[in-house]
Amino acid sequence: MTNTPKQVDPLNPRDWSRQPPAYWPDYKTTRARSPQRKLVRLAGSMSETTGPIFNHDDLGANDWDLLTNFAAPGECPIGPRILVHGRVLDEDARPVSGALVECWQANAGGRYRHKNDTYLAPIDPNFGGCGRTLTGIDGTYRFRTVQPGAYPWPNGPNTWRPAHIHFSIFGHSFAHRLITQCYFEGDPFIPHCAIVQSIPSQDAVDGLIARLDLEETIPHDTVAYRFDIVLRGRTATPFENQLEWT
Amino acid sequence: MAKTTELLSETASQTAGPYVHIGLSPNAAGFDIYDKELGADIAGPNAKGQRIRVEGTVWDGQGESVKDVLIEIWQPNSDGNFAHSDAVEDAFRGWGRVISDFDTGAWGFDTVRPGASGQEAPHLNLWIVARGINVGLHTRMYFPDDSDAHLTDPVLNNLDHDQRATLVAAGDATSDLATYRFDIRLQGDAETVFFDI
Ligand SMILES: [Fe+2]
Repeated sequence: MTNTPKQVDPLNPRDWSRQPPAYWPDYKTTRARSPQRKLVRLAGSMSETTGPIFNHDDLGANDWDLLTNFAAPGECPIGPRILVHGRVLDEDARPVSGALVECWQANAGGRYRHKNDTYLAPIDPNFGGCGRTLTGIDGTYRFRTVQPGAYPWPNGPNTWRPAHIHFSIFGHSFAHRLITQCYFEGDPFIPHCAIVQSIPSQDAVDGLIARLDLEETIPHDTVAYRFDIVLRGRTATPFENQLEWT
Repeated sequence: MAKTTELLSETASQTAGPYVHIGLSPNAAGFDIYDKELGADIAGPNAKGQRIRVEGTVWDGQGESVKDVLIEIWQPNSDGNFAHSDAVEDAFRGWGRVISDFDTGAWGFDTVRPGASGQEAPHLNLWIVARGINVGLHTRMYFPDDSDAHLTDPVLNNLDHDQRATLVAAGDATSDLATYRFDIRLQGDAETVFFDI
């Protein structure tokens, strides 16, 4: 993947009917942080269609494994052992290889290892809570970790985030940049979460819910969840330096 | 442009939340886990071109600085070539990450002044994520000392005067380490122009 020539065709326009609006008053912090003006549509120049190349030298061999990447030798973080795996595809269902996938999460008690998190659940000395990997030639990635816990957040008098893993994905261009969150099938907090419910399409919400994957589950060891990620495709006809305005 | 017949739809975005640093900049979160954090150097010491510094703050609609922001930068080298191909020197990566000070919201980074790419005047591409931002925001920073090139820049030319002004940094290139200031406003009369790219 290191020497794969980069495509520089423009990306398909984003389908905003499946993306959360900037202003979503139920998620209070958006009120003062949402741009009020319409985004200016812009496509096709090198600034958007190109992106950095990530190599295996950039990462450590163990970065993908949150069970061991911070634990003391012979120790393990507390919590259900899970494997979260899937593929990064584009909208034409083609695998995106060499994509940088980074994740971060709370520990099994719902506590983040962050100097600004003061939730009363304890820090797990053997859990850092982040991982990173590059997708393979078939677009696959995997992280081994513990099931994160739900945690309270100050959006309302009694508001809880469903258990989730934050994902950052870097495809082949700067315009592909995406950050999202992976939830877990059956979590009763999902319908009550203002961040999830800001997404205007139930189908798009369903796309953020990892499914139990019994086939990949390792007997007597680790439960598997499947979480696929879709990045925008490229338009068939390149139109260099052409701008489009809405 | 009409959408073609995609089989799948882009995954929905969600906010990076207040703890984005754990994943993308763990030293800032308060722990050391990776041998090498990504995005530390946009342009290494041996990159060609004039070294510059960019400093700024992201402001919310109530005039508060955004203290949990993370910004990614993507730019061409001093010849106007992007590091997606072999046309740039090894020391130049063209991509970086910067986070704000948790107490003040101020951020800054060092790089080299980009060259012009195509018809566009030199600029830095920025992508902004934080708690309360549901979909990462794309913007551009242009240089105040390129006013002639701005006249023919196709992106700036499609903006009105006030919008254009939000994309041009303050400062100049007269000192040894030219320092530019770029404030980003999420709301208000001087709301920064953000792009749907
Ligand atoms: Fe979170």
